[in-house]
Amino acid sequence: MLDLLAVGGLVLLRDSVEWEGRSLLKALIKKSALCGEQVHILSCEVSEEEFREGFDSDVNNRLVYYDLFRDPLNWSKTGEAFPGGPLGALRAICKRTDSGPVTIALDSLSWLLLHLPCTMLCQTLHALSRQDVCPGDSSPVRQVRVLGLLHEELHGPGPMAALSSLAQTEVTLSCTMGQASAHIHCQRPRQRPTHQTQLFSILPDFSLDLQEGPPPESQPHLDPHTPPVDPMAHLTFNLRLSNKEREAKDSLTLPFQFSSEKQQALLHPGPGQTTSHIFYEPDAYDDLDQEDPDDDLDI
Amino acid sequence: MSAEAGKLTLLCDVKTDGSFLVHHFLSFYLKANCKVCFVALIQSFSHYNIVGQKLGVNLTMARERGQLVFLEGLKSSVDVFFQAQKEPHPLQFLREANAGNLQPLYEFVREALKPVNNGEAAWRCPVLLVDDLSVLLSLGMGVVAVLDFIHYCRVAVCWELKGNMVVLVHDSDDAEDEENDILLNGLSHQSHLILRAEGLATGFCRDVHGQLRILWRRPSQPTAQRDRSLTYQYKIQDKSVSFFAKGMSPAVL
Repeated sequence: MLDLLAVGGLVLLRDSVEWEGRSLLKALIKKSALCGEQVHILSCEVSEEEFREGFDSDVNNRLVYYDLFRDPLNWSKTGEAFPGGPLGALRAICKRTDSGPVTIALDSLSWLLLHLPCTMLCQTLHALSRQDVCPGDSSPVRQVRVLGLLHEELHGPGPMAALSSLAQTEVTLSCTMGQASAHIHCQRPRQRPTHQTQLFSILPDFSLDLQEGPPPESQPHLDPHTPPVDPMAHLTFNLRLSNKEREAKDSLTLPFQFSSEKQQALLHPGPGQTTSHIFYEPDAYDDLDQEDPDDDLDI
Repeated sequence: MSAEAGKLTLLCDVKTDGSFLVHHFLSFYLKANCKVCFVALIQSFSHYNIVGQKLGVNLTMARERGQLVFLEGLKSSVDVFFQAQKEPHPLQFLREANAGNLQPLYEFVREALKPVNNGEAAWRCPVLLVDDLSVLLSLGMGVVAVLDFIHYCRVAVCWELKGNMVVLVHDSDDAEDEENDILLNGLSHQSHLILRAEGLATGFCRDVHGQLRILWRRPSQPTAQRDRSLTYQYKIQDKSVSFFAKGMSPAVL
């Protein structure tokens, strides 16, 4: 998980209603800030007080805060809104002039995706997370990391795939064996994608506590003490045929299958053909009435 | 249920009618001496009044003394068409051909709950109650417009005025209503408390009307393991609702 901070580019934090991701975002922000980086935060969903809550002052002092919560759409018309709205705020972050490694936190990408066209957002994200951010900028190459909080259930497969293709790392939050876990998918250029699952917990001061990993992703609930039951054992019927049995089965003519031999036999009954006979011995009480009981039917 | 300030409570119902929760919160906050703005889009004033009287509150008196600001959607939607257009009506969007935004409704809420400083009886924290948001989608509003309306209400009511919000959204469950799902999930992410009334999986029952799932979100302090979700079953009676643990209804014990 700490590799997330080492690699640059776009990191998607995918959370859900059940497993919220803002705590992890704040934990990663805290780590970045304590490493001496400057952290830019574009906050759309919670107030500044609520976002800064839990951070101590040396973290808070390194945060550059862009408040899109109070008036994102300029409804109040008091001039307090961020000029240019959400896109203006993103461009302002793009144009920042500080040097050194930088972390940009977007809380949340979902809010931006609901309010901006997907293509425009993707282009801006691409511009944000590239190391040489602004064309014509003569400052040295900077390590830029963009952490985007994304609420999975709010978007269709198209925008999600677009963001996934832009991201170097995707962290999906869920629960493994009763513990919060992060499934980390890393896609670095010219390298094979890697998967990893990391159990973690976040302490009240937003420090990240990593726990020893769980077993690999497949079969999380297999109990090692009970041997798997073989459903093929102890059957009362035969499931397989031997070769001889299969030959015999294939050569069998079914009674109602109409083949040319049967046709010939029916058309020209030979002397050797067995015909069926019915032997009937009437009892003493049998009433043999020669009349046809259906005679009176007028068909 | 303790009334903490600045919280958004989301009520949702699936395969059952969760309006009993709306009536509960309305009477709860009125009895707690809070100033309540009720955006009632589903039923008439007299309906809520009759149920409120069973729960011990008189909505007419609350409205007269200024404690309750009631937007009766059914009645005032007609005014949109017959009222002179001096200022935008809260339900102005009903007139518009294109799906606009809910800014007039937000301005109405903001005006209704802003504190008055002229020596009147001071009410406790302001409360916004909405019944319900799903109908706004049916009336042609886009889901982003409804989410923006709730966002601005959160800023004004929860953040500026330190009040509370309670909104009801229906869960369509089987019916594939993508917009409603986005609305429900989007609000769930913003909520501190989610109360979900569900019909029983086995069908209708006379003694157990449904099941209530309570989910706490956005704890102020992140903790590793915590009981964040509870489930109770309930039976709605004439003047109250009784809750019991799953399978422990007095009718079956």
